[in-house]
Amino acid sequence: MLLIPCPYCGPRPEIEFAYGGEAHVVRAADPRQVDDAGWTEFLYFRNNPRGDHAERWRHAFGCGRFFNVKRNTYTDQIEASYRIGETRP
Amino acid sequence: MDNLAIPPAAMRRSSLSGQEGGPTCRPIAGGGRFSLRLPPASRQPAALALGLDLEANINRAAVSGGRAALRLGPDEWLLLLPEAEAPAAALAGALPGGLYALTEISHRQTAIVLEGGAAADRLNAGCPLDLDLAAFPVGMATRTLFFKAEIVLWRQSETCFHLEVWRSFAPYVWELLGVIGREYAS
Amino acid sequence: MTQAFRRAKGGRIDRSRTLSFSFDGKSYAGHPGDTLASALLANGVHLVGRSFKYHRPRGILTAGSEEPNALVGVGRDDAHYTPNLRAPQVELYDGLVSESQNRSPSLTRDYAAINDVFWRFIPSGFYYKTFMWPKKAWTKFFEPRIREMAGLGRSPKTPDAARYAQRFAHCDVLVVGAGPAGIAAALSAAKTGARVILCDEQAEPGGALLAEPDAMIDGVSAAQWLQGALAQLAAHKNVRVLPRTIAFGYFPHNLIGLAQSLTDHEGERDDAKPRGRLWQVRAGEVIIAAGAIERPLVFPDNDRPGIMLAEAARIYLERYGVLPGQRALIFTAHDGAYRTALALHRAGCEIAGIVDLRPKADGPWVEAARQAGLEVHAAATVTATRGRLRLTGATIAPIKGGSAIEVACDTLLMSGGFTPSVHLFSQSRGKLVFDATLDAFLPGAPAEACRVVGSAAGLASLQEALESGAEAGGGGTRHQAANAPVAQGGFIGVVPYHGDPGAVRAFLDYQNDVTAKDVMLALREGMQSVEHVKRFTTNGMASDQGKLSNMNALAIMSAVLHKPVPAIGTTTFRMPYTPVPFGYFAGYARGELFEPARRTAIDGWAAAQGAVFEDVGLWKRARYFPRGAEDMHKAVARECAAVRQGVGIFDASTLGKIEVVGPDAAEFLNRMYINAWTKLAPGKLRYGILLREDGFIIDDGVIGRISDTRFHVTTTTGGAARVLGMMEDYLQTEFPELNVWLTSTTEQYAVIAVQGPKARAVVAPLVEGADLSAEALPHMSMVECRVAGVPARLFRVSFTGELGFEINVPADYGQAVWEALMACGQPHGITPYGTETMHVLRAEKGYIIVGQETDGTVTPDDVGYGGMIGKAKPDFVGKRALARKAFAAQTNRKQLVGLLTDDPALLLDEGAQIVADPTQPKPMTMLGHITSSYWSETLGRSIALALLRDGRARTGERLHVPQHDGTARVTVVSPVFYDPEGARLNG
Repeated sequence: MLLIPCPYCGPRPEIEFAYGGEAHVVRAADPRQVDDAGWTEFLYFRNNPRGDHAERWRHAFGCGRFFNVKRNTYTDQIEASYRIGETRP
Repeated sequence: MDNLAIPPAAMRRSSLSGQEGGPTCRPIAGGGRFSLRLPPASRQPAALALGLDLEANINRAAVSGGRAALRLGPDEWLLLLPEAEAPAAALAGALPGGLYALTEISHRQTAIVLEGGAAADRLNAGCPLDLDLAAFPVGMATRTLFFKAEIVLWRQSETCFHLEVWRSFAPYVWELLGVIGREYAS
Repeated sequence: MTQAFRRAKGGRIDRSRTLSFSFDGKSYAGHPGDTLASALLANGVHLVGRSFKYHRPRGILTAGSEEPNALVGVGRDDAHYTPNLRAPQVELYDGLVSESQNRSPSLTRDYAAINDVFWRFIPSGFYYKTFMWPKKAWTKFFEPRIREMAGLGRSPKTPDAARYAQRFAHCDVLVVGAGPAGIAAALSAAKTGARVILCDEQAEPGGALLAEPDAMIDGVSAAQWLQGALAQLAAHKNVRVLPRTIAFGYFPHNLIGLAQSLTDHEGERDDAKPRGRLWQVRAGEVIIAAGAIERPLVFPDNDRPGIMLAEAARIYLERYGVLPGQRALIFTAHDGAYRTALALHRAGCEIAGIVDLRPKADGPWVEAARQAGLEVHAAATVTATRGRLRLTGATIAPIKGGSAIEVACDTLLMSGGFTPSVHLFSQSRGKLVFDATLDAFLPGAPAEACRVVGSAAGLASLQEALESGAEAGGGGTRHQAANAPVAQGGFIGVVPYHGDPGAVRAFLDYQNDVTAKDVMLALREGMQSVEHVKRFTTNGMASDQGKLSNMNALAIMSAVLHKPVPAIGTTTFRMPYTPVPFGYFAGYARGELFEPARRTAIDGWAAAQGAVFEDVGLWKRARYFPRGAEDMHKAVARECAAVRQGVGIFDASTLGKIEVVGPDAAEFLNRMYINAWTKLAPGKLRYGILLREDGFIIDDGVIGRISDTRFHVTTTTGGAARVLGMMEDYLQTEFPELNVWLTSTTEQYAVIAVQGPKARAVVAPLVEGADLSAEALPHMSMVECRVAGVPARLFRVSFTGELGFEINVPADYGQAVWEALMACGQPHGITPYGTETMHVLRAEKGYIIVGQETDGTVTPDDVGYGGMIGKAKPDFVGKRALARKAFAAQTNRKQLVGLLTDDPALLLDEGAQIVADPTQPKPMTMLGHITSSYWSETLGRSIALALLRDGRARTGERLHVPQHDGTARVTVVSPVFYDPEGARLNG
């Protein structure tokens, strides 16, 4: 069970969190400007790297905030966590 | 019509009504609860209107008289107030731009108080947080889990915890606390 | 029976008390401090089990949790029975009832021992090659029989009478293993003020110190030092010592799973007290002091009862005062066995000789043995053993060849040296490094905050163990040990053998009956990877996970493949380190406490009325309210009629509710729901549909505008948490500029639906502050008022097609308001109805249920709600996906329709497929499926809703629905079966 550093509450056990998939997948401000291929890419295609991965978590049973985590999917070690809107470290 | 008058207390039945508890674990009936959401700019006017400190750190409780503001997140407070108190008008006056949200949740949840030397150990049967006094000091309040139920856990003293539990989860939490309490009684 | 092999003194047992226990129905005596294994040995019992595959008689091999043979079932009755317990770990108590396993009818006469006669014909892989045909025989014949013969203990059939506890804990330092290294580590860490947990699998902390008569530590005997150290630890407020606790798993970020046995040793245990406790410990640092496990030697017939590990025999002697036999032959490649030989010799056990595999037997231990008059056969090996139910003798031969000697012995004590217990370290993903001098894998670079000390790190001496522990603890403590010379040596692989290796069996994995020959066969058959060999032979796949066998198997592979051991690698160590009863993991989560049973404020009233409940997610919902002897069909028919003709009352409290508040509340809903919200006036309701970003319906519900800046959103019962999570996601990550906040109010309100032509007559007398007339409160509007004296949000809304109200009141008042409505409705024949009636009534009206009519692939247009989409809105969740050309190009999407069977009494199966031509060869062209099917009392016939390809264009078509009992003929109709004009909504 991971110990996830919530940027608001500090390190908390994984069971307090909900996984939110890959981070930095941006929904276009005006989806009408995106073509079908682009929208399909946005809807269905995600990276699944072995190694560093930026992913979203929500501290669902805590402060309720979404935030981003940089986790190594192979070692499970977490390098950083940062708030939504902050740049990836 | 006076929509603020409180119906007779006898009409109010929490999901733990009828449970008496004992010295180390008991339900707390009644009370008023509000979820208050504020962007940073609204914090000071709201604090003045409510007479509660809203600048405390996240996961800390500010207490004033019999009233408390538990800061559960960056923009979220759980107000625990006497049942008769209705803060809506005061807030509306203090925040004319409407940059806030106040929602009554008095009946959404109910409270349980857990007391005694083994209180932290009993909670740790199902709560995954470090409840050592250094890690979870007096005055800390946070949303967390107790087994499969969401709770708000507030440490009121070294050996006294206040739990806020959603209505339909309260009997589950109560039963588990009973089973665990018997473990520590023997 | 007398304990013939118990010495008069020595050991840590309490001879002043005698305990009686039984094994396979026979009574024996032992003492407090004994394990089942030591007590059996004290009574001269070595034969304790039959092997897994060949059913060979087996004896106690070890003195620890690595025991592969002495697996026993313990418990006074089925409800207290635990199979597959390792006898050296079972603490003796008065009245203990135990039995051997895997034998029929008895341990000494086991029919399946016939397998041992035919062993040549059932090598590894035999099953895969033999039981292949006829195909059906595998499931019907071979597998059941193999399962009956193989396997070990039997599962109890009665529910476990025990209760189990659980605990989360945090510490700065977790020390696993309370031997000298672990205790030194805990003492040192405690000195720094750190929070320390020290756990050990045994009843008594001390590890190797419990069988250490010679050593002195810090100037006192090892036993005295241990006593003092434990007292010191007990005095520390920040130190918790957990005996009888195995660290079974190492999880990411230093979370360690511990299983602590609490009452198993108490005999007639009190079922009110927890039997064990599962700990989830988050540790700042983990210090692994798990010790080392002695390796067996792999030689022909090395598995007869009476053959034991040398160090185990010494432990039985020093700790339990038990002699393993009368005449012991020692077979070793390690000095430790000499220590055993000398101790046994002093204790009066005859030593039949010491056979040492090493070419030159020398060093202090060998000298000491020779001086004591023990015969040492250097560069020699054991080539055969004899004795069926107990060892009677062995054959010794020089390794180089030459004349063999027959010796008589009832005990053979072997040692191939020690394998460090790196299991937990490996589970933590720490790298293992092979040490060629020790022939062992040692901990290398750690992956977590973790250190390995003592013999688990390959440090053999007591001084090194204490030093490494003290250093890891970080407290700067020091210890000085004086001990007998360090025992050295070791051997891995098969011992040299000159005869036909195919004619003998040298066991590697005792628990799974894997021999050296099996590994060689696997290699001959082309397996090269250690993982393939493991699976082909099942070596290391038993519950002991190869604690005794893995190194020897690797050495065999290394020799045959001509590759160094590290190039072959090891198999993965997995949790649990030793088996943990399932009850520990279940913990408190059983029966009523398995998961929360969510009940509404009105649930108690419904239960008192005899309602039958159904599970909807975690909620318990009243399904119907039978009167007298009514079954569901009759009750639902009555409830439906009451709502259509009079008035019914329904508990809708479980509906999800979200309060959406803020200046941008309407804009937020515009972006979330397909509908337009800006123009919805305060006091009005609208039915909203929520899509996922891919364009498919995920939820629906009625939304009320309380004020300009406040909406009361309802969701499906099951979707409440999901919808709130989805809304928070968009609000926090996509639309953070919006000033709006969301609060779950599902449990703030009890929701009481009053439905039917007489609904207004029932509700109106209780309402203060609102006019319920059709003009003042038309369909799909709401008002804040008081109902029965309680502040309420009163919705004029209908999920039945009748005139209806849904009354939202603060939940703690729910039952009082319900009772007031019941009283007020009595003259009107008010009838409580449940979810089943609700379903029938809504189906008659063609109202969908998300999750029943939809399955995650259904768009608003598919269910006929395309018109609700706010056309002017530039964006909402799912809009762009619906605009994709791929969607537009689809002409035959499944659409919601009604179906009527030719036979009005026939109920279609929900989920059944629809076809045009039932005579078409299979696979038929499937046009759609039934989503809802009910008996409609109102219409006096069955009705069904279905998703049908191009369904709306098929109205009037006659189709077929193949079912279990024949094919039904149906006609496609509108999904609205009743009151299509909606006139009844107005009463």
